[in-house]
Amino acid sequence: MGRIYLDNNATTPVRPEVVEALAGMLKGCYGNPSTLYCVGHEAHVEMERARDIMAGILGCNREEVIFTSGGTESDNIAVLGAARANRKKGNHIITTKIEHHAVLNPCKALEKEGWQVTYLPVDEYGMVNPADVERSITSGTTLISIMHANNEVGTIQPIAEIGKMAKARKITFHTDAVQSFGKLSVNVNELGADLLSASSHKIYGPKGVGLLYVRKGTKILPIMFGGHQERSLRPGTENVPGIVGFGRAAELMAAEGPAEEARLLKLRDRLWEGIKAKVPHVKLNGHPAMRLAGTLNVIFEYVEGESIILSLDEHGICAASGSACTSDALEPSHVLAAMGVPPEKSHGALRMSFGRENTEEDVDKVLEALPKVVEKLRSFSPIYKDFLRQQTA
Amino acid sequence: MAYSEKVMDHFRNPRNVGEMTDPDGVGKVGNPVCGDIMELYIKVKDDTIVDAKFQTLGCGAAIATSSMVTEMVKGQKLDDALKISNSMVAEALGGLPSQKMHCSVLAEEALQSAISDYRSKKGLK
Ligand SMILES: Cc1ncc(COP(=O)(O)O)c(C=O)c1O
Ligand code: FES
Repeated sequence: MGRIYLDNNATTPVRPEVVEALAGMLKGCYGNPSTLYCVGHEAHVEMERARDIMAGILGCNREEVIFTSGGTESDNIAVLGAARANRKKGNHIITTKIEHHAVLNPCKALEKEGWQVTYLPVDEYGMVNPADVERSITSGTTLISIMHANNEVGTIQPIAEIGKMAKARKITFHTDAVQSFGKLSVNVNELGADLLSASSHKIYGPKGVGLLYVRKGTKILPIMFGGHQERSLRPGTENVPGIVGFGRAAELMAAEGPAEEARLLKLRDRLWEGIKAKVPHVKLNGHPAMRLAGTLNVIFEYVEGESIILSLDEHGICAASGSACTSDALEPSHVLAAMGVPPEKSHGALRMSFGRENTEEDVDKVLEALPKVVEKLRSFSPIYKDFLRQQTA
Repeated sequence: MAYSEKVMDHFRNPRNVGEMTDPDGVGKVGNPVCGDIMELYIKVKDDTIVDAKFQTLGCGAAIATSSMVTEMVKGQKLDDALKISNSMVAEALGGLPSQKMHCSVLAEEALQSAISDYRSKKGLK
């Protein structure tokens, strides 16, 4: 049985071209890029080539690209580093309720250190209202951090509009573009971002490497201290093979461009149309139009998400859920909660996220398995029984 | 996190799943931690549980422990059935991941609630 991997928002399979680039670096290019002799210089050249690729995608200068250990570190440097660097100016941060924990938890840590944080609400589609951002700005606001595209439901935020607002008020603006980098346009000038996070493993690159774009002149402090690497903002000998692999992955995403996104969109919509036709009592989560092409988040009422995932796994299908039962904290998805989805509904949330290895045949196989899985689980469900009884009463 | 083969077997092929027509006792409980729901139905004859069925909305561990508890109680005297604890159910399944132990509490509570429902209906309390 072939595996159908539908969890590309969690991570992606490393693509063969990237494996080749990584292997090449691991085998032959071991030098420390900070050194002067030839092997070090070779490593430096390869790393700077990757930096140029990123600068091309972001529309920025290569000095503005800082390589990190991933999206989480980029978000931490952005939030903690920009907040602390502007401490004298003010202590107010604006973010949203639907950020990744890599942004939310640094904000919570800052609250303990005396910062004020506004967590903006979203509408039923997971969209932030720019007017809410505007209204929340105070004289003490020094940082706005709002994600580009949400990892759970895929909703794409009005970043450019918020970026303009931040610029007019001279407030540092960070966007977590981990889910959009390589997929949507992330030109930092169009978005108006001063800081932008991206991660390699979401675009078929290796895990444990990412980047933070830092606009020239942005006040920011490091969160780690050591050598002079990455403009001292991210000290430590760089993960050169990882960076080169990330560069290759980004280069290939840029080359494929909108054609691949259009293909994913077709797959996603085929799956959703099929689900709607075959399974009663389902609901789409996320924005109908402003949504990542590969993201489909659906609530199957009267069933629980972990049990769907386990059952799909029996059919060789890998997916994710927003159910409380699948989280270590046993709390339902904070994103769905912010969208006003009550816990008993988010219990049945299933996220299927597409990637370059998925085909139409995969969708059809999911459409074979999924209705049976949901039907079986509903047949065990006491609340489905109660619901059916109410229907006939 | 991974479930034991036995948990997966009971999840895949739950024993005694479904509603019971005309049960002697019903236990309906909810898991306050994550919101899961279990209903356990028992048939009692001569102070002994002669049949048990369940319906559960919940995670793999919740469904597997529900299934296992129905197997464990059949043929048990009521007083003996009341001694079945959640950790005994988990053990019978070859153990549960630590963050899933709370799910087995559902099975224990549903059993106790079904027995006390039976006893109060009979005026035995
Ligand atoms: C929106 C978002 N931000 C940050 C991260 C963290 O990235 P990383 O896994 O590279 O630390 C993720 C990945 O899960 C994400 O989806
Ligand atoms: S019952 Fe919800 S986690 Fe098991």
